[in-house]
Amino acid sequence: MRGIVLKTGFITAACAAVLLVTLGLGGSSSARPTLIYAGAADPTYLDPGLVSDGESFRVTEAIMEGLVYLKPGTTQLRPRLATKWATSSDGKTWTFWLRRGVKFHDGTTFASGAVCYNFNRWYNWSGPFQDASATYYYQAIYGGFKHNDVSGLGPPLFRSCAKKGKYKVVIKLNRKSGTFLPSLVISSFAMQSPKALAQYGADEGELRNGSFVPTGSYAFQHPTGTGPFKFKSWTVGEKVELVRNNSYWGNKAKLGRLIIRPIGTTTGRLQALQNGEVNAYDLAAPQDVATIKGNSSLKVITRAPFNVAYVTIHQGTGSPMNDLKVRQAVAYGLNRQQVVDSFYFGAGKLADEFIPPSLPGWSSKVQKYPYNPNKAKQLLNSSSCHVPCHVDFWYPTNVSRPYMPDPARNFQAFQASLEASGFSVTPHSAPWRPTYVAKVNDGTAGDLNLIGWSGDYGDPDNFVGTFFKSFSAQFGFQNPAIFNILTKAANETSVTKRIALYKKANEMIMKYLPGVPYAHSNSFIGAQKRVHGMVATPVGGTWFQGATVG
Amino acid sequence: MLRYVVRRLLLVVPILLGLSILVFVWVRALPGSPISSLLGERATPALVAQYRERYGYNEPVYKQYVKQLRSWSRADFGTSIATHREVKDEIKQRFPATAELTVAALIFAVAIGVPLGFFAAKKHGRLFDHASLFISLIGVSIPVFFLAIILKYIFAVRLGWLPTVGRIDVLIETKHPTNFYVLDAIITGDWHALWDVLKHLILPAVALGSIPLAIVTRITRAAVLDVQNEDYVRTARAKGLPPLTVDRRHVLRNALLPISTIIGLQAGLLLSGAVLTETVFAFPGLGSWLRDAIFNRDYPVIQGGILFVAFLFVMVNLIVDISYAIINPRIRYS
Repeated sequence: MRGIVLKTGFITAACAAVLLVTLGLGGSSSARPTLIYAGAADPTYLDPGLVSDGESFRVTEAIMEGLVYLKPGTTQLRPRLATKWATSSDGKTWTFWLRRGVKFHDGTTFASGAVCYNFNRWYNWSGPFQDASATYYYQAIYGGFKHNDVSGLGPPLFRSCAKKGKYKVVIKLNRKSGTFLPSLVISSFAMQSPKALAQYGADEGELRNGSFVPTGSYAFQHPTGTGPFKFKSWTVGEKVELVRNNSYWGNKAKLGRLIIRPIGTTTGRLQALQNGEVNAYDLAAPQDVATIKGNSSLKVITRAPFNVAYVTIHQGTGSPMNDLKVRQAVAYGLNRQQVVDSFYFGAGKLADEFIPPSLPGWSSKVQKYPYNPNKAKQLLNSSSCHVPCHVDFWYPTNVSRPYMPDPARNFQAFQASLEASGFSVTPHSAPWRPTYVAKVNDGTAGDLNLIGWSGDYGDPDNFVGTFFKSFSAQFGFQNPAIFNILTKAANETSVTKRIALYKKANEMIMKYLPGVPYAHSNSFIGAQKRVHGMVATPVGGTWFQGATVG
Repeated sequence: MLRYVVRRLLLVVPILLGLSILVFVWVRALPGSPISSLLGERATPALVAQYRERYGYNEPVYKQYVKQLRSWSRADFGTSIATHREVKDEIKQRFPATAELTVAALIFAVAIGVPLGFFAAKKHGRLFDHASLFISLIGVSIPVFFLAIILKYIFAVRLGWLPTVGRIDVLIETKHPTNFYVLDAIITGDWHALWDVLKHLILPAVALGSIPLAIVTRITRAAVLDVQNEDYVRTARAKGLPPLTVDRRHVLRNALLPISTIIGLQAGLLLSGAVLTETVFAFPGLGSWLRDAIFNRDYPVIQGGILFVAFLFVMVNLIVDISYAIINPRIRYS
């Protein structure tokens, strides 16, 4: 009998053991405060040139700095590692004067050699580094590499970088570009230590089953920049730990430690804040904002909107939407204010144009289209599509986007308001991925469809340039005047002239009506009230340099 | 005995092959494709076509399967689309968390369930028996994720006794030589870390162990009721042995046979239950990882993760079968 007990004990132990041994697995800085901040996931890796996601950038933006940056909480371009810059009359040569007395975290000096090393590193990437999964932002801004190994890449924007003394560089471009300077705020173009990049194999990587993977240790254990925080450790699934850079050239961080931890669900992040396990968390759900505000020890930090939800108006052969009066009737027939008030939990703002108000080029003079069903009917009756004007209207299912939390309800409200405005709406839906987005992109998602955009960087070209700079199957229209002004604006290097061009372009777009924007939505950070000085940046990041925990 | 073990081991091969076919077919039956998932929503049709060609998605399905099987047989599950890390490495990183949680849930279920079932049988038909039945029904009926949310709200958010997320307080600096945090804390003698790790395990383990607890309780009760009316138990009592000795030596030991079987099966089932529990508690194990992969359509992770969990399940069951044969020789000849 004793044997049986031993044997049954063995079963339990064995079950536990198989779990433990399968596949042979198993294998402060001071009295300054520590801030624990929760994001939604781990970073991908910590070489910003090779990532494009916000979770990675949140960390790399604290460690590394670019030549320019956006003033915290705004989209205004400011000097950072460059103190000033100038461009040639043809817009192809850019001279940057560099900040003196700056050191990388490994003790090496930041100077012109480091700037050219970084630019040349991006330009010379080859093989797997040219994969879309590796260098999304480089390809988006610079088009191509010194030698394009992958078909479909365009000619490179970058031509050369030359040192002019220790603290001055001259960068030559192959063509004029107005987006070159603003795009330097993207963390992908932050300056990294040449010594650390070389020492820890930052340029070693390969494609595995279609996905780029760095094989050196730099991107996982040795990210090295000039920023206010230094990398200390990264435990996947648990935390990234940064410590104060005591040798920082500017205003030093008030925190001793900054810990960024992944908590995958919004409820999990909220409860961790309520329980004091984190001091702050990002991407608070709009419906949780009231709960946070209702807690006397917590507060909400609002991030200005940097996105737009809109209704595509698809034009094409035989489409009723080719008639401007029909497009205007659509604009007047969409009860956008009601949708924003009802389905955005107080986080939405009515959009009257395709770029958010925080961006330069936003115009207060665009044509507005307040809900007016009678005017819509009048327009229809004087158009080629009389009441009831039949339209196919598509919306996505199985998705919630920051700019469109509840697409089905948005659609239902729009359907009702359009039908009250003289339209006969036939609804269509499809799952967001892979069907819906593909249909919108190739112009087969009806006359109208719901879609939107979250910006990548603080430049209007990233919004209206992406949509309307050239013909796209999604919108299906040909309007050389709009194409030309947006191309001209994208190439213009004078900030003042660019802003004027984008304002004019926005006014033209809203008269021509290739679509109807309807919402910009805020995002939120939940924080303890004792957290001070932390700033939410519109492009999605968080500014920790001045943060402290009281 | 050896022949039985060899036969059972050989049976694992077709089971795993069948599983690999199921997973392969299932992933390809999902809307979209791994390529569109890999490239994201901004990919052009030309780029998608280029990738399809480059990674062999235009080849016949059986060729794709053979190629995939070769990779899997080398424990090469590919690279995560979302994290760009090797699936194998992610499994190594996350498996210890799930293993610890599963073992903790199992300990909870056995430590509470066996005594509860035993005493329910001893108090057959009385209030205690009815109460244990009621508790078991509740345990089986409440969805794990709901219980997890309730437990978290009461004991963490409202009372503040226990943490809501993770495996260890992020402010604790301790070494993790094996990634099994309980074991690590013991090895390094860091008792503060050990206490914190255990605190992080309590709520997820209770939530995850609630269903096995109910099942173990009911099985124990039934087994004890069966055994205590056996001749040898009556004989032992008639010989004048003290009741406690009879219960310990004759009743409980014999009742453990079916209990041990059910414990083995529950250990496998807990792995799948961990998906919900780990998600609610942001516990960085295989479960929350798989859940994220499903939402992100991270096909290599879905494939690799499911195969790994299925492999574990098969191995646990294999061990249960072999152990049962050791305990009960009749099994070998049937």
